[in-house]
Amino acid sequence: MPMKQLRLLAAISLFSFCYFDSSAQEEGILEGLQIHGNFDVYGQQYNKDSIIGAPIVPEQSGINAFTNLIATKGKFSAGVRIESYLPPVQGFDVRYGNQPIGVPFRYARFAQDGLEVTAGNFYEQFGNGLILRAYEERALGIDNAFDGVRVKYSPFRGVYLKGLVGNQRYYWQKSDGIVRAFDAEFQVNELFTKLESSALRLSLGGSVVSKYQSGGNSSLDLPENVAGGAGRFQLNWKDFGLMGEYAFKANDPTKSNHYIYKNGQGIFLSATYSRRGFGVNISAKSIDNMEFRSDREAGLNDLFINYLPALSRQHTYNLAATLYPYATQPNGEVGIQGDLIYKIKRGSKIGGKYGTTIQINVSMINALKRDYLVNSDMDSANALLDQQVYLEDDPGREGYSTTLLNIGDSTYYRDYNIEIERKFTKHFKLKATYVYQVYNIALIQNKVSPNVKANIAVIEGLHTMGKKHSIRWEAQTLFTHEDQGDWIFGLVEYGYSPHWIFTILNQYNYGNKVKDLRVNYPTAQITYIQNALRLSLGYGRQRAGIFCVGGVCRNVPAANGLTVAITSSF
Amino acid sequence: MRYACTLLAIGLFATLSLQAQDGGRQIPSVDIKALNGSTFNTGSIENDGNPIIISFWATWCSPCKRELNAIAEDYVDWQDETGVKLIAISIDDARNMQKVKPYVDGQLWDYEVYLDPNADFKRAMNVNNVPHTFLIDGNGKIVWQHNSYQPGDELELYELVEKLAAGEVIN
Repeated sequence: MPMKQLRLLAAISLFSFCYFDSSAQEEGILEGLQIHGNFDVYGQQYNKDSIIGAPIVPEQSGINAFTNLIATKGKFSAGVRIESYLPPVQGFDVRYGNQPIGVPFRYARFAQDGLEVTAGNFYEQFGNGLILRAYEERALGIDNAFDGVRVKYSPFRGVYLKGLVGNQRYYWQKSDGIVRAFDAEFQVNELFTKLESSALRLSLGGSVVSKYQSGGNSSLDLPENVAGGAGRFQLNWKDFGLMGEYAFKANDPTKSNHYIYKNGQGIFLSATYSRRGFGVNISAKSIDNMEFRSDREAGLNDLFINYLPALSRQHTYNLAATLYPYATQPNGEVGIQGDLIYKIKRGSKIGGKYGTTIQINVSMINALKRDYLVNSDMDSANALLDQQVYLEDDPGREGYSTTLLNIGDSTYYRDYNIEIERKFTKHFKLKATYVYQVYNIALIQNKVSPNVKANIAVIEGLHTMGKKHSIRWEAQTLFTHEDQGDWIFGLVEYGYSPHWIFTILNQYNYGNKVKDLRVNYPTAQITYIQNALRLSLGYGRQRAGIFCVGGVCRNVPAANGLTVAITSSF
Repeated sequence: MRYACTLLAIGLFATLSLQAQDGGRQIPSVDIKALNGSTFNTGSIENDGNPIIISFWATWCSPCKRELNAIAEDYVDWQDETGVKLIAISIDDARNMQKVKPYVDGQLWDYEVYLDPNADFKRAMNVNNVPHTFLIDGNGKIVWQHNSYQPGDELELYELVEKLAAGEVIN
C-alpha cells in the first residue's frame, strides 16, 4: 500500500476511534478497558575524538526509541511495541538500522480459568532457562522473542503446563528455524492438601524443546530436527534451599562448535542457607557444547533458544563492572561461586550504632578439559572440522570427548571480592569494596595478552543533609600490569529529592603504557525526575568498555558528545 | 516526517484512552515465583484495604538497595501507623536469583519478596528500569508511581502512604 493511503487510513481509524471511544463509553462497550504503556528514548550525539578511539559516525547522532502500549479488558489483552532506530546508537547491532521504525512485537492474549492463550509475540523461560529462554534486554540490544502461539494451562492446583511453537526475532526479520517446546511444573505441596503447611517444599519440572531448520546444501548430513530437554527440582526445608537443573541437547552441528555431532549437556546446582542477619549461597555449573540457537549459522548474541547464566558477581562499580566482566562460554566451562552476607548487629561493639554489613563473594571459572579425537592440537583440529569433511580419526565427527566433571587447566575467570558497609551517623554512610580479578582476555575479548590480573579498590560515601539533600561520592582505583594498565575513577553526585540529580565523574587511564593514551574521560549529567518520568542530559567522554547483564555482554565503543535519555510509564 | 506523524497519533491515542479510565488501573495478573519456588499470581496481591507499595529491584542495582534499606529502617513504624505493606519484586534472572533470599534475610528485610526472573510482571507493569516504585490504594488501584531513587524520596512516598491511609485521594 502506498504511504499516502496508509497515512489516510491511519488518520481515519484514529478519528473513528476517538468517536467510537466517546460514544461507546455511554453504552459500556469499552467499560473496563485499560490502556497503559511506557516510553524509552536514548540518544547520543557524536563529536570527533580520535584519541579515545571514537568511531566516526556520518549521521553524527543515534537514537533508539521504544514505545509499548498494552490494552486490557477483562480476560483479553493485546499489546504492541513500536521501535525506532534513527540510526541505532553506536554499540547496538547495525542490523537494527535496516528498518528505521516498525512494530516488531505485537500480541493478543486470552486468559480464563487456568488457561492462557497468546498469539503473536511472547517471551518465555523454562526453569533457569538452560534449555529455553526468550527475553528482552534492551540495554544489550537483545530480543529473541517468539512469534507464534503459546498455551499455558493449569488443569488443577499444583500442575502448570506450557506449550509453544514459533520463530524467533532476528532484528527486523525472523529465524528460519522453528522452535517447538513443552514444559511441565509440579508444585508437590499444592498437589497434596496434607503437605500444604509442611516445612518441606518440593517442586519438580521438566521440558522438551525441538527446533527445525532445513539442512540446506551443506556437504554434511545435517540433522534438521534437533531435540533438547531439561529436568529440574527445587527443595526448601526451613532455612535451607537446594536447586538443581540438568539440560541436554542432541547432536547439533553449528558454525560455533565447528559442525561437530557431539551431544551437549549442562548442569546447574545451587544450595542456600539463610536466617536473619546471615545468608550464604553456593552454586556450581558445568556446561559442554550447550550453545542452542534456532539457526546453526548464527553468531554473536543472535537467536539463542537457551540462556546460560554466568556464575560470577554482577558488579556495579564502573571499573569493576565494565573493564573485565566475565561472559559465559556456552561451548564449555566449569565454575563455582560462593556468596555470603553477614550483618553485625546494631548496638554491638563491632557493629556500631547502626550495624555493619559484610558481603563476600568468590567465583572461579575454568575451561572444560577436552580430549580431541583428531590427532593434533585444538586449533588445527577445529580448522580441519571447519572444512566440513569426515576425518579418519573421528568418523562420527564427535570432535572431542569429555565429562561435566572434567575440569581443565585453563583459567577463564577468578573474582574474589569483599564489601563492607557501615552507617556511622544518621547522616553518613560509608562502603568499602576490594575486588581481585583474573580475566582470560585472550578468550573473552580476543586480545593478544596474558590473563589480566586486576586489583580494584572502591570507597563510596553517602551524606544526607536535612530531608531532601544528599551527596554521594565514589573513589575507585584499578591496578594491573596487563592490558591498559592502571585506572582511577572519581564521582560526585548531588541529589535534591524528589526531582533533581547532578552528577560529575571522571576516569583517568594514568597507567597506560602508551603515553598518548593516558586520557581523561570527564562527564557531567543532569537528571530530572517527575513521578514515572525520568529525563537526563549528559555531556562528556564515554570510555570504550563492555556492558553486561547476566553474563551476556555488549561492547560499548568510546564516544564523545551529548547524551539524552527519556523514560516514562503511563 | 511520517515517523513524527505516527508518534503523534500514538500519543493522541494513548492520551484519549487514558482519559477514558477513571482512577488508576488494577494490578495485572501475572504468574511469578515466591522465594520457596512456588507460583504466585500477582492478581492476588492485597492488604485488607490498606495501602500497598510495590517496588521493583535487583541485587545488582545499588539505588534499589539504598531505597529498600532506607525504608527497612522505618518499616515497622510505617506498618504500625498506616498498615502499609511493601512487596519487593526482584527482577534478578537465573544468574542472581539464588542470591535473593540470602540477601533479603541478611539485610533483615521484612518485606514480601517475589521473583520475576523473565520480567513478565515488569513488562505488564510497564517498568522501563529499576528502581521503580508503585503505590496501590485500598481498592487495589495503582495511584502513583516513581522511577529511580535518591535519599529523601522515601519521605515523599511515606507522605502519600499516610494520605491514602487517612482516606484521601491521590492523583
